[in-house]
Amino acid sequence: MKRERPESFNTVPMKERMIIPRQDMPEQDALLRSTNFLEVNLGLTPEQAVFEAQRCIECKSPTCMDGCPVSIKIPDFIQLICNEDFVGAAKKIKEDNSLPAICGRVCPQETQCEEVCVMGKRFEPVAIGRLERFVADYAMQHGNGSMETFDKPTSSGQKVAIVGSGPAGLAVASDLIKEGHEITVFEALHEFGGVLVYGIPEFRLPKSILRKEVASLEDMGVKFVKNFIVGRTMTIQELMADEGYDAVFLGLGAGLPRFMNIPGENLNGVYSANEFLTRSNLMRGYEFPEWDTPLYRAKHAIIVGGGNTAMDAVRTAKRLGADEASIVYRRSEEEMPARNEEIHHAKEEGVEFMNLVNPIEFISDDQGSVVAAKCLRMELGEPDESGRRRPVPMEGSEFVMDVDMVVIAVGNGSNPLISQTTPEIETNKWGNIVADEDGRTSMDGVFAGGDIVSGGATVILAMGAGRKSAIAINEYLKAKVGSLA
Amino acid sequence: MYKIIKAEFIAPNVKSFILEAPHIAKKRQAGQFIILRVHDKGERIPITIADSNTEEGWINIIVQGLGKTSAHLNTLETGDYLQDLVGPLGLPTHIENWGTLVCMSGGVGTAEALPIAAAGKAAGNRVISIIGARNKDLIIAEDQMAEVVDEVRISTDDGSAGRHGLVTDVLQDLMDEGITPDMIVAIGPLPMMAAVSNQTKEIGIPTMVSLNAIMVDGTGMCGACRATVGGKTVFVCVDGPEFDGHQVDFKELGSRQRMYKKQEEESHKCFLERQMKKMKAEQMKVEVTS
Ligand SMILES: Cc1cc2nc3c(=O)[nH]c(=O)nc-3n(C[C@H](O)[C@H](O)[C@H](O)COP(=O)(O)OP(=O)(O)OC[C@H]3O[C@@H](n4cnc5c(N)ncnc54)[C@H](O)[C@@H]3O)c2cc1C
Ligand code: FES
Repeated sequence: MKRERPESFNTVPMKERMIIPRQDMPEQDALLRSTNFLEVNLGLTPEQAVFEAQRCIECKSPTCMDGCPVSIKIPDFIQLICNEDFVGAAKKIKEDNSLPAICGRVCPQETQCEEVCVMGKRFEPVAIGRLERFVADYAMQHGNGSMETFDKPTSSGQKVAIVGSGPAGLAVASDLIKEGHEITVFEALHEFGGVLVYGIPEFRLPKSILRKEVASLEDMGVKFVKNFIVGRTMTIQELMADEGYDAVFLGLGAGLPRFMNIPGENLNGVYSANEFLTRSNLMRGYEFPEWDTPLYRAKHAIIVGGGNTAMDAVRTAKRLGADEASIVYRRSEEEMPARNEEIHHAKEEGVEFMNLVNPIEFISDDQGSVVAAKCLRMELGEPDESGRRRPVPMEGSEFVMDVDMVVIAVGNGSNPLISQTTPEIETNKWGNIVADEDGRTSMDGVFAGGDIVSGGATVILAMGAGRKSAIAINEYLKAKVGSLA
Repeated sequence: MYKIIKAEFIAPNVKSFILEAPHIAKKRQAGQFIILRVHDKGERIPITIADSNTEEGWINIIVQGLGKTSAHLNTLETGDYLQDLVGPLGLPTHIENWGTLVCMSGGVGTAEALPIAAAGKAAGNRVISIIGARNKDLIIAEDQMAEVVDEVRISTDDGSAGRHGLVTDVLQDLMDEGITPDMIVAIGPLPMMAAVSNQTKEIGIPTMVSLNAIMVDGTGMCGACRATVGGKTVFVCVDGPEFDGHQVDFKELGSRQRMYKKQEEESHKCFLERQMKKMKAEQMKVEVTS
């Protein structure tokens, strides 16, 4: 892509830029934070942000943007930070990413923009994620409420239903409301945000940020309906035929917890990560009995898995008071899909990592509660289809350890609810909805994107898919008007 | 917020609620349930839909005040609001003309059995209802049941109404009289459904039970509601709530239902203490003003 180089506000001579150290983000002390649910990271100071921005060497052909799934104009927003125009920088990001405060916190930058940052070849990459987080927070606090400069467009007279309020759905809503369509978001749960509200904990992504994002969409005119399950409360056909929706976007997420299918998985004290995290985050089980929803407080909790979900669960267990909270992962740390920062933070908080271990059975007391896990030690063999080395059990390595809580965090499948009630929508053998590049499904006027299409992925990919669908939906609606005229 | 059009006690500690819910009323079928939250810090609990009216846009639920949330719910009155209400959830009851259908119900299960009995009758079955309760005050929905089925029989644990004994004894009576059911639906407390399933397995009568698992979302997202049926794990909220009683692992389900017993007691105690404080404060107010 050819693009104009931004005007440079960076007054620091090139040589000196390389000796500015990468700015560490202040954070809560590890010992203290492992006993509370407040946000771990405290954010860069304005001075730090400017220093960090000045580390950018303004490459002739910047690669960072290629690493970003939604191609945020990274060099441009960094230049604006150099000029201390933080609100302007946030606006620049918002041109391509409607949820920067969230992405700045949860994106795996080390495998995206920061991985390909030219500075990173010889020094450490520019902390693009921390800068994104900083300007988004700054704009929320100092900007004019909603950061969008938004003139109400003339009404198109067309209605779009968005099913699911996760990042995919929110991205579609944000783009299409600007086109003058009437937008309603339907959500099954009693709060909006999808995984951002029920899965990712408060200490990593404060709910107040999400609420602000939803409120700013409401200000722009998006209608939000909670406690409404499409497929049960109303079908897609009814939305379109009876309620007059011209198009539907499905951002249903990958909400079907996978279990391991080993003996003892239904014992008391064995949770899916979805259940454990939902009880803690959405239902605020960590504030029981002030809040009504109960949650196990374990002495020794093990969490099976190595992704972000596993890290969130293990750090939650620790905060709930576990003496020992351990990750049990069948491969080695190198293969862990979790963000580096989460692994790093978990270790600081005293989480134990039992890598190359796989449970094969959970053992109960006479009350049906889990008291031990039988495990095997693993070693890495030949690479499998995913390119990662396949874990194989070591002979005679079986051992039993005492545990009083287990959380299974080995991934999610697709929720079959919509495909059960709308067989017209084609799904693949994993139950994911089949959609083309722009989110078109096999049913006319119905689009889909995010985890329900890709399988469990990331916030930014879900958002990116939502944005592509928004363009396609807009074209679809225009054509529909055209064909009627 | 979701309006309570009418709330009234129909038995000691058992309250009937008419809730404003036009979308749910329009969609719901026999056997389906809703999930509700009483207040903004409340837990999500599932309750079966006993009745509904599409024109007037309401659903009816019957609640026994057992734990913290149901006890709290039962303090709400006509004109109050629920925090959250979502549904209809679960698969509808599979109804066909089996011949003779016997609906066995215990406690508030009778309210849940009512729509199934009615649907069974409409499908052409001869329907016999067996209602069980600890004593005669705890029998609910007997009259409504009598209106839709061919025959109602009662049993009480203490003999204060109907046959002295359990619903399983009444079923035995039926058999002794030469009536052999083609299908049995059993809805009530877990031990009752387990006992019925045991009895009918021996004599080979197909039996459907409605499982009351602990739930969170009710959409298949969390797996809190899992149970073992025929050696396989099912999610009660989306695969059920009705299953073949002969295949259900009742022991596992029983212990899963007791999973939060300790916390539930703690929470209930907190709630009762708060209620007491409120009552005392109100008493004080009355004393001061009078
Ligand atoms: C614990 C956890 C931690 C994670 N951490 C990270 C991270 O650090 N970084 C990162 O990039 N990604 C992370 N992810 C992945 C990321 O959250 C997901 O990829 C992303 O949220 C997917 O967005 P989505 O919009 O497709 O779906 P979701 O966020 O899953 O939202 C779907 C929404 O649709 C609703 N819904 C479903 N069916 C219906 C229906 N029939 N009617 C109405 N509503 C319905 C659901 O209730 C839900 O609210 C994490 C995931 C988990 C579970
Ligand atoms: S209640 Fe969560 S899956 Fe059934």
